Amino acid sequence: MLNDTKALAKGFWTTFKHMVRPPITVRYPDEKRTTAAKFRGRHRLYRDEDGLERCIGCELCAAACPSQAILVRAEENDPSRPVSPGERFASVYEINMIRCIFCGFCEEACPVDAIKLGPEYELSDFKRPDFVYTKEMLLDPEKNAPPTQFHADVERSTDERGVHTALGTVYRSHHPIGAPDPRPPVPTEAQAGDNEDPA
Amino acid sequence: MPELAVDVVRSLVVIFALLTGMAYMTYFERRVISRLQVRIGPNRTGPGGLLQPLADALKLFFKEDIRPSTADRWLYPIAPALALFAALASFAVVPVGPTVWIGGVSVPLQVADLPIGLLYVLAASSLGVYGLVLGGWSSGSKYSLLGGLRAAAQVVSYELILGLSLVGVVIVSGSLSLGQIVEAQARSVPYILLQPLGFVLFLIAAVAEVNRAPFDLPEADTELVAGYHTEYSGMRFAMFFIGEYVGMITVSAVAATIFLGGWWAPILPGPHWLFIKMLLFLFLFVWLRATLPRLRYDQLMRLSWGILLPLGLLNIAVTAIVVAVIG
Repeated sequence: MLNDTKALAKGFWTTFKHMVRPPITVRYPDEKRTTAAKFRGRHRLYRDEDGLERCIGCELCAAACPSQAILVRAEENDPSRPVSPGERFASVYEINMIRCIFCGFCEEACPVDAIKLGPEYELSDFKRPDFVYTKEMLLDPEKNAPPTQFHADVERSTDERGVHTALGTVYRSHHPIGAPDPRPPVPTEAQAGDNEDPA
Repeated sequence: MPELAVDVVRSLVVIFALLTGMAYMTYFERRVISRLQVRIGPNRTGPGGLLQPLADALKLFFKEDIRPSTADRWLYPIAPALALFAALASFAVVPVGPTVWIGGVSVPLQVADLPIGLLYVLAASSLGVYGLVLGGWSSGSKYSLLGGLRAAAQVVSYELILGLSLVGVVIVSGSLSLGQIVEAQARSVPYILLQPLGFVLFLIAAVAEVNRAPFDLPEADTELVAGYHTEYSGMRFAMFFIGEYVGMITVSAVAATIFLGGWWAPILPGPHWLFIKMLLFLFLFVWLRATLPRLRYDQLMRLSWGILLPLGLLNIAVTAIVVAVIG
């Protein structure tokens, strides 16, 4: 009985002590916590000191991505006006942020440290196409990305072969370098007439 | 005729004060329990969250009134009204302050100074259990029924303790009228000093009587969804809710009146002293809820019949002997 009373008093004292303690609540939109040093938030593509893009278009990030959120299309560098230090550069570099799970495998896979996950995490938006971050948004987020969200133009979402893809809404698979393209061949201007339905 | 007007006004003022007090009791509870849990609590509706009760009330008003197809046609809507009525009615005998004179008419600051005020409090507060039992039964749902049954068993057990704890006070003061009990304390000392055991018993029984944690078995949201008011929504649910909170306020007022001297105080006696003393008890209700886990049913019964009942009888015997010897 005495022990029970003592235990009760101890419990009441514990809760009372907590009352005089300042609340630990972070009033979220008004106050924000600083993110951890290794926080995995929004991606960013980096440039070298000489202004060249680090990305050499190797697609290792796309291959490593478990949710297949990354689309990379590489092109040969013009030796007189190179975009990247390597032989090739990424002509298309898009990350579908709806698919992304922020695992950071892309930055681990990258051999040239071109992509890193940053501290930004307020990535919500209203339209699905807006979640496909283009290379411009990833290279210069301050200029091309939220808070004044860079609205990805649906017209721009034709890939290098002219295939029109509604950004973000269509599942776009990648295939490893060298593997046969699983997609049906796209008719060129010249072939367009041949492919017309004879009926 | 002026007497009638005084009665009507007094009743309306008390009802209005109880309903407003209940609304802000929810705010008080949420803010205080937040601090006990190192949180902040509602602070965004109005300055410091002060309009939160208003927002909650508006929400409840516009919620759909859902009635289960298995519910009893007549008892289902009556039950919450009964719970609310009983809670409001029991405040009637609590003296809020001394008698004042307004324009030649004497106005006791009390709705009714019944000579058997204490009995009335016990009767009115135990009427409230009919609301819970009928609500639980008439919903036609197993969770509600279990909640209602628990409410019945619990109130029967703790009503006894409540009554026993007050007998000591009645022996000491020689009156059942709350007004006279306050005056008796004004002449001597607050009865918490003369009846410490009775005070503790009353507190425990009162918490059980209004079904508050750790005696909230009739609601028991972890086991019974929401107990007796599982099937209620909108304003009908709100009536149960208001009933519970008004019950807390009434019990606090009765405890302050019987054991702490009510509105009487050595300096500046008046209603504000009753308010301060009530706040102590209301804080205790919240503190209890933040500290203690819910009792198991067998623990509840053992506490009542095995510990509190003998203690209550002992308290009465000792009080009676002492009063008889001293005179």
